[in-house]
Amino acid sequence: MPAWAVQLIAHHVRPKIMHNDQFVATAPPDRPPLTSGPSSLPVALTVNGSTHVVDLEPRVSLLDALREHLDLTGSKKGCDQGTCGACTVWVDGRRVLACLSLAVTCEGRSVTTIEGLAAGEELHPMQRAFIECDAFQCGYCTAGQIMSAVALLEEGNATTDAEIAESMSGNICRCAAYPNIRAAIREVRDAGEGGHRATA
Amino acid sequence: MRPLSYRRAAEIGEAVATVSTEPTSAFLAGGTTEVDLVRLGVARHDLLVDINDLPLADIENLPGGGLRIGALARMNDVARAAQVVEMYPGIAQALLLGASEQLRNMATMGGNLCQRVRCAYFRDNVSPCNKREPGTGCSALDGQNRGHAILGTSEHCIATHPSDVAVALVAFDAVVHTIGPSGARIIPIENFYLLPGRTPHIEHPLEHGELIVAIEVPPLPVARGSLYLKFRDRQSYEFALVSVLSALLVQDGRITEVRLALGGVGTTPWRARRAEAQLVGAPATAGSFAAAAAAELDAAVLHEHNAFKQELAQRAIVRGLDQAMVSAVHGGAR
Ligand SMILES: Cc1cc2nc3c(=O)[nH]c(=O)nc-3n(C[C@H](O)[C@H](O)[C@H](O)COP(=O)(O)OP(=O)(O)OC[C@H]3O[C@@H](n4cnc5c(N)ncnc54)[C@H](O)[C@@H]3O)c2cc1C
Ligand code: SF4
Ligand code: FES
Ligand code: FES
Repeated sequence: MPAWAVQLIAHHVRPKIMHNDQFVATAPPDRPPLTSGPSSLPVALTVNGSTHVVDLEPRVSLLDALREHLDLTGSKKGCDQGTCGACTVWVDGRRVLACLSLAVTCEGRSVTTIEGLAAGEELHPMQRAFIECDAFQCGYCTAGQIMSAVALLEEGNATTDAEIAESMSGNICRCAAYPNIRAAIREVRDAGEGGHRATA
Repeated sequence: MRPLSYRRAAEIGEAVATVSTEPTSAFLAGGTTEVDLVRLGVARHDLLVDINDLPLADIENLPGGGLRIGALARMNDVARAAQVVEMYPGIAQALLLGASEQLRNMATMGGNLCQRVRCAYFRDNVSPCNKREPGTGCSALDGQNRGHAILGTSEHCIATHPSDVAVALVAFDAVVHTIGPSGARIIPIENFYLLPGRTPHIEHPLEHGELIVAIEVPPLPVARGSLYLKFRDRQSYEFALVSVLSALLVQDGRITEVRLALGGVGTTPWRARRAEAQLVGAPATAGSFAAAAAAELDAAVLHEHNAFKQELAQRAIVRGLDQAMVSAVHGGAR
C-alpha cells in the first residue's frame, strides 16, 4: 500500500466538520409542510450527527449539498445517474444514492457519510480492513464501497462470497479491486466488528 | 438541470390536487427515475410533489387472501417481506434481481410501475424519439437496438419495458388502486400498460395527477411455486435481456394451471397468454414447453441487433417452466 493511498483513506477520517452557512442546531428538525423554489431556501440537514442549515435550491442533490455546500467531499460523483454507487451514503441508516436524492427531501432525516464513520481519529474497522486488504487502487469508488460494505454487514446478507458480490453489485470499481473488497468485507465479518457505527 | 419547485405533501388529497392542477408537475417518490430524467432534461417538470410522507408504505394481508402493497413500500422491503416470499416468491425474486441494494432502498413500488424506458435515444434528449417528442421518429428502428423489444412493438417505438417486478405482477393479475382528480379507481395491471401503437408517449391510462395508492395481488395458490429468472449482459445490477416468470400446477403429469410472463422482450411487461393457453392440459414435458415457447415468440418482430432475443426468450421459457416443475411437483404449489 503506497503512502499516498493510506493518506487517501485517512483523508476520509477528518474530524467532524461543522461547516455551516448559518447555524448549528442540536435536535434534528421534523419535516414541516413546505412549498418552495425554484429559488433557494434554508434547508436543515442533519449530517453525521450535526444539523446544518444551508441555502439550497430544491433541484440540488444530496450529493451536491454534501460536496459543494457542506465541504464533505468524501462521497464521490461518478455518474450522477444512479449507475455507479460512488455517492453511496446512509439516510436514516439505509444505504442510498446521494446523486438521485434531492437534498430538500432529506430534511428531518439523518444522513451519514464516510466522514462520519470513524470514531474521532480511530478508523472504522471496515476502513482499516480496506487498507489492510489493499481494497482499492485509485480510490474513487472507495467511500461508496465502504458505506455499502458496512451497511451490508448490518443487513446480514454477507454469509457467502456470492452474497457479498451480489449485494455489493451497486458499487462499481473501474480499477476492479473486487476480490480485495470482498476480502476486506470477509475480514470485518469474521472479526464480528461489522455493526460498529460511529454516528448513525 | 432545470430549476425545480418543491412541495412536500402531507395528505393524499393535497398531493392529487397539486399535481392535477399544475400541468408541468409530477409526484416524487424514491426519485430514482424522476430525478435522473429531470437532470437529463428528458422529464420537463417544474414542480415535484414529494409524496414520501403519505401513509402508503404498508404491506398487508387481505381478508380474503392476497396482499395489498402500498405504493410507497420500498422495493427491498417488499422483496424481504415474509408474506411476499411465502405467497409470491416470484415477486420477491424479481425485485431482488433488479437494480442495486441502494436503489431498492429508495425506489417505491408505485414508482417502479411508472419507470420510463432505458432506450438510449429516449435518454439522450437529442435524437429523434416518438416517446420523448411525438412525431419526430424512432431512432432505434435503424440504430442500436440490441436491448429493444421484439413483442408488442410498433413502427413508432420498440423500447422495452424495463421493470422486473411488473412482469411478476402481470403474471399474477395484480390490480392497481389509484386516487385521481375524479376519484378512486382500480385498474387491472395489464390495462395499466399501453402498447406503443401510434402514441408511444402515452404509457399508462393514468390521468395527470392520478396517484397510485396500492397494488393488490389476488390469492393465487399457483404463485407459491413461482420463480423469476433473469438473463442479462452482466450478472447483477443490469436490466434484463430476457426474463421469465413461471409458475405451474401439475396433476398426474398434466399441467392444470400455469402463469407465464416475460421481461426484456416486450414493450410492456409481457403476459405470455398464447403459451399459457397451449400449456393448460398439456403434458408437463420439455416438448410441450418448447412448443409453447415457440408459439409465444412466433409473433416476434426482429430488428438488426435484437434478433437473438427470439431464441433466448424461448430457451428462457423452457428453463423457467422446467425449474418451476420442481416447486410445482414437490408441494410448493399448494
Ligand atoms: C441504475 C439503475 C438500474 C435499475 N435497474 C432496474 C432493474 O434492473 N429492474 C427494475 O425493475 N428497475 C430498475 N431500475 C428502475 C428503478 O426500479 C425505478 O427507477 C424505481 O422503481 C422508480 O421508483 P421511484 O420510487 O424511485 O420513482 P420516482 O423516480 O420517484 O418516480 C418515477 C415516476 O413515477 C411517478 N410516480 C411515483 N410514484 C407514483 C405514484 N404513487 N403514483 C403515480 N405516479 C407515481 C413519478 O411522478 C415519476 O414520473 C433501475 C434504476 C436505475 C437508476
Ligand atoms: S424505441 Fe421508443 S423510446 Fe427508443 S427512440 Fe424509438 S420511440 Fe424513442
Ligand atoms: S454518482 Fe451516484 S450512483 Fe454514480
Ligand atoms: S479503486 Fe479505482 S474505481 Fe475502485
